[in-house]
Amino acid sequence: MTVSPDARGVDVNAPVPPDDESTTTTGLPSLSTQANTLTTGPVEPESPELRAAQRARLRRRLFGSTPLLMAGVLILIFLVFTVAHPGTFPAFGNVRNMIDDTSLYLIMGVGFTFVMIAAGFDLSQGSVLVFGQVIAAKVMVAVGGQGGWTVAVGFVAAILGGAVWGVFNGLVITRLRVPPLITTLGSLGAALGVANLLTQGQDNTPTPAALTTLSAQLPWGMSWRVWVALLVAVVAGLYLHLTRFGRRTFVIGSNEEAARRSGINVKRHVVKLYVISAALAGLAGMMALINNTTTTVGGHSTDSLTVVTGVALGGVSLFGGSGLMVGTVIGMFVPTVLSNGLISIHVQPFWQQVATGFILVLAVYLDQFKRRRRDRV
Amino acid sequence: MTALLEAHGIYKNYGHVEVLRGVDFDVRAGEVVSLIGDNGAGKSTLVKILSGVMPPDRGELRLRGEPVQFESPLHARELGIETVYQDLALAPDLGPAENAYVGREILKPGLLGWLGVIDKKTMREKAREAFVSMGTDVKDMDAPVAALSGGQRQSVAICRSVMWAKGLVFMDEPTAALGVRQTRKVLDMIRRVADQGVAVVLISHNMPDVLQVSDRIQVLRLGRRVVEYGRGEADVERLVGAMTGALDTVR
Repeated sequence: MTVSPDARGVDVNAPVPPDDESTTTTGLPSLSTQANTLTTGPVEPESPELRAAQRARLRRRLFGSTPLLMAGVLILIFLVFTVAHPGTFPAFGNVRNMIDDTSLYLIMGVGFTFVMIAAGFDLSQGSVLVFGQVIAAKVMVAVGGQGGWTVAVGFVAAILGGAVWGVFNGLVITRLRVPPLITTLGSLGAALGVANLLTQGQDNTPTPAALTTLSAQLPWGMSWRVWVALLVAVVAGLYLHLTRFGRRTFVIGSNEEAARRSGINVKRHVVKLYVISAALAGLAGMMALINNTTTTVGGHSTDSLTVVTGVALGGVSLFGGSGLMVGTVIGMFVPTVLSNGLISIHVQPFWQQVATGFILVLAVYLDQFKRRRRDRV
Repeated sequence: MTALLEAHGIYKNYGHVEVLRGVDFDVRAGEVVSLIGDNGAGKSTLVKILSGVMPPDRGELRLRGEPVQFESPLHARELGIETVYQDLALAPDLGPAENAYVGREILKPGLLGWLGVIDKKTMREKAREAFVSMGTDVKDMDAPVAALSGGQRQSVAICRSVMWAKGLVFMDEPTAALGVRQTRKVLDMIRRVADQGVAVVLISHNMPDVLQVSDRIQVLRLGRRVVEYGRGEADVERLVGAMTGALDTVR
């Protein structure tokens, strides 16, 4: 498609500015979350302007950072429960449980982060997880065997099975221009439906014995899925913040029209993002399969919401264009730690839903607030 | 001196509406040419044709003396023709340096580059150099563009285009949303850009701006170039007269 040079794209930043050019850098906390943290530019002590710019950059990173704020909140929550229940809550076994519970959501959250930074949305992850694990279980039965190779095949099947839904989501969103929320709401239902058709709604697909072994192992003190989640988060974080693909993801989320005009193939890029999201949901399906040694067809209907909550809490903007992978990692722990803590002090765990809900609204409000303060005009 | 980009006898119809009826246009390196005309005169259609957004129905385009056909805006860009859009097309969450390199990211050398790792430091340095050479007052290469003033955003968009233009920059209403002081800065910058040898085509409704910055002014009316003024030959009255047809005298 062609773009007219005078097309007035919807650009909130276009209109009339204040006539003040004295300050190039505002001291306000901003949502600048590009990963420029590693380099600090040249040191030129003779240029006060440059140093001011560097100071501003540092200030933005330290105080404008939602992940840092959320890390503080997380530590606070942890301390409160530790004081309330010093015996069991901070014990290693319990902390391990919390990390383990979070790891599954984290794998999905990593994919969601990519999609959301590009101003997209993926509600379908919970169902794609189920679809992935059902495919994995079926394929492992078909391949036969009880050993490690069968499990490896299962991993591939789960990831590919998930990725199919990503292709579907991406193509529908970019080619048919159905809004992401509706498209993935559709595949949320459809993926689960297909999984139920394949299993008749039963969780009795047999799984190889090697799965049970894996499930019981605790290498370096944590379960396998924690290490997988960590690896996924680190690799994906580096990819998001250091590569051209990652940079373009931010550009698309920030101003899709600008991305298109600068020659980025936006449609293809967006399809890739949904594939990443769905493939990781498939991987999470395999991890859940390992953990439970059985499919859990009925157990993931609200996963997507938990994932959105964690990602948003971590400071990834719902409007796209900004966010940090480390934020997702931190944000994803908040609901789990709350839930675990409330159980350990014998409060009804339903309160966790109440608390997480309000914290989510607050986090998004803060995001909006900072955005408004940042945007001149 | 031959024209950098010239158009001869360009025709364009939208259905039965004849928008361009044999327009001529030319711009040389290092000069600012303003293209003005009333709404419907065919300005934006002409610019779309000149910047590769759409092909003409009839007529010839020549780039550096050679006949040329633009297949797309990207193709025109590859040939060194950049456009500063009225809405600027900046990513508000990204900094000036990042915006300058959107779609043209510099990769690190070696294995990291092969993996797609971008060289942020080099991009920031180069962008800063370019911005300083064009005399912008944008200092922080990383602050989100959304946090800049309108004039600064405009200068980021202009600098980006000039960084990449190998000859010609179209600017669509670059001062439309600016205050007096910022307008002056942007006009100064347009002048500096032209002085560096880049051809600038300015599309504007603002007569005083046009008169102040242009080397030549080409007036379109009803799909034709009706008159062309050199520096100092025009005033607001004449321009308005030529645009509206009240002054139908071709000198």
